[in-house]
Amino acid sequence: MVPLNWYIWLSGVMFCIGMFGYLTRRNIIIMLLSVEIMFNAVNISLVAFSHYLEDLTGQIMVFMVIAVAAAEAAIGLALVILLYRNYETISIDEVSEMKG
Amino acid sequence: MQGLDFSVIAPELILLAVGMLMLLLELVIKRKEYIAVLTLIGVLAAFFAFNIRGGDFAGLFVFDAYSYVFKVIFLINLSLTILLSINYMKVKGSSFGEYYSLLVFSTVGMMLMVSATNLLIIYLGLELMALSTYILAGSIRHDKCSTEAALKYFLMGAFSTAIILYGMSLLYGTTGTMDIGKIGAYIHYNGLAGNPLLLISMVLFIVSFGFKVAAVPFHMWAPDVYEGAPTSVTAFMSVGPKAAGFAVFVKVMLTAFPSMVDNWSAIVTGLAILTMLVGNLVALAQSSIKRMLAYSSIAHAGYVLLGLVPASDEGVLGIMTYLFIYMFMNIGAFSVLILLTTQDYKGDTLKDLEGLAKTHPFIAVIMLVFMFSLTGIPPTGGFIGKFSIFMSLIHAQHQWLAMIAILFSAISAFYYLRVVMYMYMRQPEVARPDTGISDSFALRLAMSISLVMTLMLGIMPQRLIDSMRHLFRFI
Repeated sequence: MVPLNWYIWLSGVMFCIGMFGYLTRRNIIIMLLSVEIMFNAVNISLVAFSHYLEDLTGQIMVFMVIAVAAAEAAIGLALVILLYRNYETISIDEVSEMKG
Repeated sequence: MQGLDFSVIAPELILLAVGMLMLLLELVIKRKEYIAVLTLIGVLAAFFAFNIRGGDFAGLFVFDAYSYVFKVIFLINLSLTILLSINYMKVKGSSFGEYYSLLVFSTVGMMLMVSATNLLIIYLGLELMALSTYILAGSIRHDKCSTEAALKYFLMGAFSTAIILYGMSLLYGTTGTMDIGKIGAYIHYNGLAGNPLLLISMVLFIVSFGFKVAAVPFHMWAPDVYEGAPTSVTAFMSVGPKAAGFAVFVKVMLTAFPSMVDNWSAIVTGLAILTMLVGNLVALAQSSIKRMLAYSSIAHAGYVLLGLVPASDEGVLGIMTYLFIYMFMNIGAFSVLILLTTQDYKGDTLKDLEGLAKTHPFIAVIMLVFMFSLTGIPPTGGFIGKFSIFMSLIHAQHQWLAMIAILFSAISAFYYLRVVMYMYMRQPEVARPDTGISDSFALRLAMSISLVMTLMLGIMPQRLIDSMRHLFRFI
């Protein structure tokens, strides 16, 4: 059986990759995808913990996270479309009406 | 095993029903004012549905004095925001019925969050609140600033949610439960306070809530979002989601991590000092009042964070008193800005206020009261809020922290009173274009409620403090 540690490392590394992507990329869609990677890192760790603790709560949580992440993606993409209509760009650097 | 007592979640159920009903009615009712009025009636019904006896719902959701006070804050916040919005959204050409549904859904999310005793429900409440607010921030669709605000708020919110989720999963993995009470007990009995995974999870929680309540250094989104969003939504966001963030932050720290109080208390102290420093100093340099109020709301988050440092009941009581009063003065200040906004006049820079005392003396006086209150000058509510937090610090032997906070309050007087100075002592170089003000009955009502409450809580605070103490003995 795969030891729990491996899963924790996997999810930790995935989470960091997602965070790195979010902080370095300037394309909003890539940033959204990076956040999704972070969510899925959480899902991996929740399922792994749930399996090793022999407790179903973690897996129930994963379903909720997946559902909410879908809603979040829907809103995010709608906002990106709105942004494109108003600014004709999806780079976060070019979106700066406000300063100060 | 606990039963399912639906009377405990009755207010939330009523609000959910109202929110969904308004989505449907939006299709048939052409005049959006009616939707606003119907929503207000629903909020009133939810208010009367509170089950004062307390109780819990399957052990996931508990109705106690703590959540009661915050729910009252959220419902008042919702009602005042609805009153503010009716005319403003029409002026801005974005009067949609969904707007009111989203306000209601967001409030339901906050109410779920403060009552939750389980990480899962906290997460779901948080997301319901946040997702609705992202859309609200972008509700003026043709406006570039509003879109930018919504997008920045969304990107920040999604990121901080991912962080809190990771914290939750680590917490679940080390303790084997999602119930925050049981987590606290587990950590205590097994002496896990120094466990590295738990420390990481605690830091992740603090970072994520730092984002939610806009504490420095996690505040960079707040000024842009508060400035770009429609003013009515800014008023809503700077009170509701912020108070909800604090409510859950305090609850998680005090119930799940009480044995690690030394660790998080030090971090929170640092955050609070930084938040007051940056919030107050950057607010000095603002020329837009809306942006200045955004930084002021960051600074106020710093004062509230201080209430968490002693980890005492008195501190928690101070936080609640502060947020309750802060709601009225903050919404009041924004309502004055809304009053000055007309179709072709934005009216939210300091220059726009020049000579306001001559042209609209009454509005100037109202703004003066709110500015005094935000500074914390005695006959107003803001003083009582600050006083109760500072007292809890002094009783917990944190005199020097209280000193620092008072010092920053003194700095804040500069930019609040500058608004007053512009209104009373400056004359505009070119005469104010006589665009009038966008007056309406609802706006006047919201403004007078805020004004009366700000003054009353300042002159007779004993009622509020007594009734909060009373509640805590009973439920």
